[in-house]
This record gives sequence, C-alpha cells and structure tokens, in this order.
Amino acid sequence: MIELKNISYKYPDGIMVLNDFNFTFSQGDRLGLIGPNGSGKTTLFKLIMGLLAPDEGDIIIFGQKREKQEDYIEVREKIGLLFQDVDDQLFNPTVEEEVAFGPLNLGKSHQEAREIVKETLKLLGMQGFEKRITYHLSGGEKKMIAIAAVLAMEPRILLLDEPFSGLDRKTTGKMVDILNNRISQSFIIVSHNEELLQRVTDRINYM
Amino acid sequence: MIDERFAKGVSWIHQLDPRLKVIITVLMAVVIATGNNLVMLTQALILALLLLLSAGLDFRLVLKRILIINFFIFFIWFMLPFTYGGTTLFQLGPLTASREGVFYALRITLRSNAVMLIIITLIATSTISALMHALRYLYLPEKLVYLLFLIYRYLHVLGREFKKLNNSILLRGFKSRTGIHSYKTYAYLIGMLFIKSYERSQRVYEAMLCRGFKGKFYIMDDFAVSFYDYIFLITGLLAVAWFILLEKGVVF
Repeated sequence: MIELKNISYKYPDGIMVLNDFNFTFSQGDRLGLIGPNGSGKTTLFKLIMGLLAPDEGDIIIFGQKREKQEDYIEVREKIGLLFQDVDDQLFNPTVEEEVAFGPLNLGKSHQEAREIVKETLKLLGMQGFEKRITYHLSGGEKKMIAIAAVLAMEPRILLLDEPFSGLDRKTTGKMVDILNNRISQSFIIVSHNEELLQRVTDRINYM
Repeated sequence: MIDERFAKGVSWIHQLDPRLKVIITVLMAVVIATGNNLVMLTQALILALLLLLSAGLDFRLVLKRILIINFFIFFIWFMLPFTYGGTTLFQLGPLTASREGVFYALRITLRSNAVMLIIITLIATSTISALMHALRYLYLPEKLVYLLFLIYRYLHVLGREFKKLNNSILLRGFKSRTGIHSYKTYAYLIGMLFIKSYERSQRVYEAMLCRGFKGKFYIMDDFAVSFYDYIFLITGLLAVAWFILLEKGVVF
C-alpha cells in the first residue's frame, strides 16, 4: 500500500537523512521501525503524509504516485499519524471536539461525529471523557485521546511515532492491549523500546 | 499560569449559561464605564458586591485581584483632587483640593471596582473553553475566537518550556547579575523560546493537516438555556435598564 522508491532527503541545513532509501509496506503489516536518533524515522512518516517533499525518488501510496499537496489529501484521510508530542496534536477545548475534529473534516454530520466519538472512546476504555477539558488531562490520558482522535477518522493505516514514550507501566499495558486486540488497522510504529515493539509487531526493520 | 481558579465552584452563578453571562457583563460594563451618576455607580458597586457574595468565591483571591487595580486608583486620589479645578474643598499647604476633583476620583474608583467585580463574578466563573464556545455562539468571528483560544491553550505549553529552560540554566549554576553574561543568557533563553514556539506552531498545524483540516473549525457543545437562565437574563436586563434610568436622571 505504501511504496517508497530511491528516496533521498536532506534537511535544510544540508545533512542527508535518507539516501537512496527503499521501503514497502503492505496491507496487514504490523511493522516496527527502530534506529538511532537522526536516522530519519520521523522524516519517513512526514514524507508519507506529504508534510515533507523528498529531494529525489517516488512515493506511491494506494497504487498512486503522490507529488503535489492535493495528492496527499486522500492520503491524510486514510492514513492516521500519531505525533510524538501529544501537545502538538490536541488543540481543541474539549475531548469531544478533539476526537470529532477529524470526522467533521471528512464531512460527517455533528450527529454522526458524536456517535463516532462515543464509539472510539469506548473502544479505548475512555468512556465519559467527552466533556473533559483536553489540556487538563494527565499525560497518559492525553495520549489515549490523541489515539482516539486518529482512530476516529477510521484510517486504513496508522503511523505511530513513539506511542509508548512518557507512559507509565499501566498505560503502556493499555496501549499494548489496544494495538494487539482492539484495532484492525495495519500500522508502522517507531520506537526505541525494542521489547515493546516485539510484543505488538510482526516484524522489525532496523534503519 | 492561568489556572481558572474562580471557575471551580458550584454556585448558581457558575451554572448559568455562559452566553447570557457574557451578554449581561458587556451591557453592564458599557453602562457603568460610560456613566457619571454617583447614585448609579454606587448601586452598581453594591450589586457587584452582592453578586460576588452569592458566587461564593475565595475572598482573599478576589481581594488580591482588586488590590492590583486599586493600586493605580490610589495614585489618582493623590493627583486628581488637586489638579482638577472647581470649588475649593480644603487646602493643603500650597495645594487646593476641589470638590469636583474628589467626585471625579470617586467616580473612577466606583466605576472600575464595579466593572472589575462583575467581570470576576460573571466571566471568571466560566472556564475558558466555555467562554470560547459562548463567543462563537454570539457570532464573534471564528478566527478571533480561535486566536484567543490557541493563545490560551499554548500559553501553558510555552510556560512549561520556559520553566524547563530556566531550570536548566539555574541547575548549571547561573546567577542573575547585572552584566553582559546575564543579559546574554536571558537573550538566549527568550530567543530559544521564540524558536520553540515557532516550531511548535508548525507541528500543531501539521497535525491539523494530517487530520484533514480544511480551514474550518467546529464546535460541539450545546448550551441549554434553563428557567434560571431566563430569570437571570431578565433581572440582568432590568438592572441595566434601571442603571440607564438613574444615569439619565429619569428617576431621582
């Protein structure tokens, strides 16, 4: 579903992060990515989402070559990216609006969005959080709401950037349970925690 | 930073519809701020105090806020009576205090305290998010409301980042002195904060794009106007009307 061919990407300061990089991801994959800092894991996610443009190479997603910003609208609707820092992702006053933001952008009605919010929160064991104020939540709760916000768009693929970072043992366990048992999506996870990666993915790529 | 301490409470004022609170506050503030009638201003202050009492807010906290504005008003009392001119009230050495000057200072005192107290009791008793929603329902431009809200939302994050940076320089033995080293350190700290907030704004925008943002914001909260809200609205409007009548000299 995702194919990156001979991708090169340089930071604006000239440092090469990805050089002649090739990558394939198919339906049903549960892939872990591990690699040293600065090896281009987050860059890879941003390239897939069209937030960065490669200097060279082709990006083919859902069988279509993606070049212009407009090409990525469909990609963003079908691939969900969970950011490393939850504060980047949660900007709405209430949890309900946060989770409904994606569905409403997809053209769902308020009523439909409300249903989706309810179901998604239930799926993650966060029932009753609808009217809570997002910025007053704890770190672990924020992470759950961020995941809910991504899942609410019903994406086909999830890209998770360090989903375990900053979580306590209990919330980490919850996250593992969610990834293993509660969602049906294929996903790519970037993490430094190899042990956790082994528990939730089928294979691990070293970058 | 902004901890919304007054918003935590269970009084009847806390439970009022924030839209009505905003409407009544704006009307009252305009009438009181432009009014000159001493009877009206005194009554407004009394009304503000009554509201404050029934909201059950932490009195010491309110006093703290009130002291800040009265600090400035304190200086007005030193200046205005002696510079305003008019009939002499008393003399203090070479200085002459005028009756009109004293009344003028009194008006400013009543006016600002009344408005401030009304804002504390009616506005600060709602959470920022409720107020944002209220402003959207009252047709304030979407961009303005979200600008306000995002400033508020990320002020916390920015404050935390500032604290982190500040702690890290303190932990490495930094002492604030008068000298180029101190100035430079503070300049770096502020510069770093600018860069960080710029980068943060980029990431927030990217996160919004990833979730299909097309330039439109949505609000989900439904406010329900209850029986008590109507009573509040009607009483509030009557009070505003009464103040206008007093101001125009129709009564008294």
